[in-house]
Amino acid sequence: MADILQLLVAGLATGAIYALVAIGFTLLWQTSQTINFAQGEFVMLPAFFVLIGMGYFGLAFWPAVALATLVSVIVLGFLFKRLMVDPMIRHGVLPLVIATIGLAILMKEAIREFYAADAQPFPPLAAATDVTVFGAVFAVQSLVVLAISIAAVAALQLFLNGTRTGRCMQATAQNPTVARLLGIPVERMILYTFLINAALVTLASILITPIYLAKFTNGEWLGLYAFIAAIIGGFNQVRGAIVGGLLLGVIDNFAAAYISTQYRMALPLLILIVVILVRPQGLLGRIEERTV
Amino acid sequence: MRRSVLAGGALALAAVFLLLAPFAFRPYGIFILSMWAVMTIAAIGLNLTLGYAGQVSLAQAAFVGIGAYVTAYMTTKGWPFWMTYVIGGVACFAIGWVLGYPALRVQHHYLAFVTLAFNTLVYLVFRNEEWLTGGIYGISNVPRPSVLGWSMNSPREFYYFCLAHLALVSLAAWWLIRSPWGRAFIALRENPIRALSLGVDTRRYTLMAFALGAGLGGVSGALYAPLVQFVDPTPFALGLSLNLLLMVVVGGPGYFFGPFLGALVAVLLPEWMRFTEGYYLMGYAVLVIVLMVFCPTGLLGLVDRMFKPSRKTAAAEPPAGAVAAAAQSDGVR
Repeated sequence: MADILQLLVAGLATGAIYALVAIGFTLLWQTSQTINFAQGEFVMLPAFFVLIGMGYFGLAFWPAVALATLVSVIVLGFLFKRLMVDPMIRHGVLPLVIATIGLAILMKEAIREFYAADAQPFPPLAAATDVTVFGAVFAVQSLVVLAISIAAVAALQLFLNGTRTGRCMQATAQNPTVARLLGIPVERMILYTFLINAALVTLASILITPIYLAKFTNGEWLGLYAFIAAIIGGFNQVRGAIVGGLLLGVIDNFAAAYISTQYRMALPLLILIVVILVRPQGLLGRIEERTV
Repeated sequence: MRRSVLAGGALALAAVFLLLAPFAFRPYGIFILSMWAVMTIAAIGLNLTLGYAGQVSLAQAAFVGIGAYVTAYMTTKGWPFWMTYVIGGVACFAIGWVLGYPALRVQHHYLAFVTLAFNTLVYLVFRNEEWLTGGIYGISNVPRPSVLGWSMNSPREFYYFCLAHLALVSLAAWWLIRSPWGRAFIALRENPIRALSLGVDTRRYTLMAFALGAGLGGVSGALYAPLVQFVDPTPFALGLSLNLLLMVVVGGPGYFFGPFLGALVAVLLPEWMRFTEGYYLMGYAVLVIVLMVFCPTGLLGLVDRMFKPSRKTAAAEPPAGAVAAAAQSDGVR
């Protein structure tokens, strides 16, 4: 029982990080039909911004995080939208997919070339100690990760449902044409989702990098997990991405413990295939209307 | 008129270059050229699936891998090459057919994710089933075949072997695209619902597009194994699938010569650009992004576009030499 509880909490912690990345992914899809194949690299990069801030500018950890967040929001949010998505979106989905694959290569190679090819240690948010509750041992780090992720998701939900801007963003996601007719500045709302995505990936980066070290290849599997989480939960729902991320983290952890570490990756992939074939809109998603 | 002459000239030049190149190159250069031919075959397959039939597939590396592993496993067990070659190709065709079924249900990005998942699953099998694939140690000492008692052992001979395959595959693809099948593929890409209403059996052609692309992936793999003479899981991970996708898109999806050009940019140029070290890949990535912003139809689409106005205004200036190499397309769609 204690084992299961431990695995569950550790799985929820990584799952919560996947959920953060997947939420950003679904937000971009909902408002602008952007499928970002570089989403994993978007998570990989801010950790290096922090390391650069600390190493080259001699900043302390938290100021470096603040700087990295700012840089991410500008580069991964604003510039990504203006320079890549805006000029390309009229060509349809596929060119943008290809371009983001190119962007992923560019980011990976730039880090390898200009920073380091090997894994870099990254300062943890919490001391590497354990606490024992009901006979089960939990890493404090997992609990901190879980708490911060839940807080972030709650704040995001509050923003989306509770503020005028958030509601405008939801309207934009549901029907851009009608939103525009109602006087909502659709373009600005879309920009906001890109900025939120950049903030979410930065948070995910700072949470996950202490666990897996900062490496230029991190984005490859992170991106894959984000896709899987988003699709399992539902491509067009924020709460779908949350459920998908948490589910994926837990399944992944249990598969590694009870089935096979070699095939731990296989179970999420099989679930992905089954979900797409049986319920393409995802567990919580709604069916998108198709235009002929 | 002048345009087709130019394209024909470029094509002839390229053919002469390919035939004479092994006499000017060192073994490593010949190896890279052979690799170009092998990857072009895989990219032609993907071009059928993606460029002509419009079905996104991120699993081409898995089929190259299956072809390579079948050949490596069986030839090291003493089977004759041609037999493993046929088995590898047919196996990929069959698996590709099955992989096509999801495409009947979902499209576009969902299809991309299904095929992506399939590719990663196949990679996991390559890596973990040691009794069959040798795990991470792979299968080494893959023998090279002999044709009519003529051994293909030296790099140059094997290069011609690959080139001959490329020529055969190209001819078959050329014929296919011009046949009713090819037209059905294009109808499928342009408007599946209209194609269906016009009596095209979209179900069968969708599956066929996948199966044919996969089969060519298998052929490419069957050549890959004896070329490298060593097979391990790493080259067949998702990276190669993305790379093949980029080859097709950079060259020009739906252009017959797109894969040739795309593979040239992705396989040959990095070797010639060795002096740029890590910067080449970055440059390549920027090229992909810029190309997608300005011309999503790829390099050949760009050439097409450059030629069209010059034909109208009958510009006296001949097109720049740099374009000539790419001008083989003749805008075949």
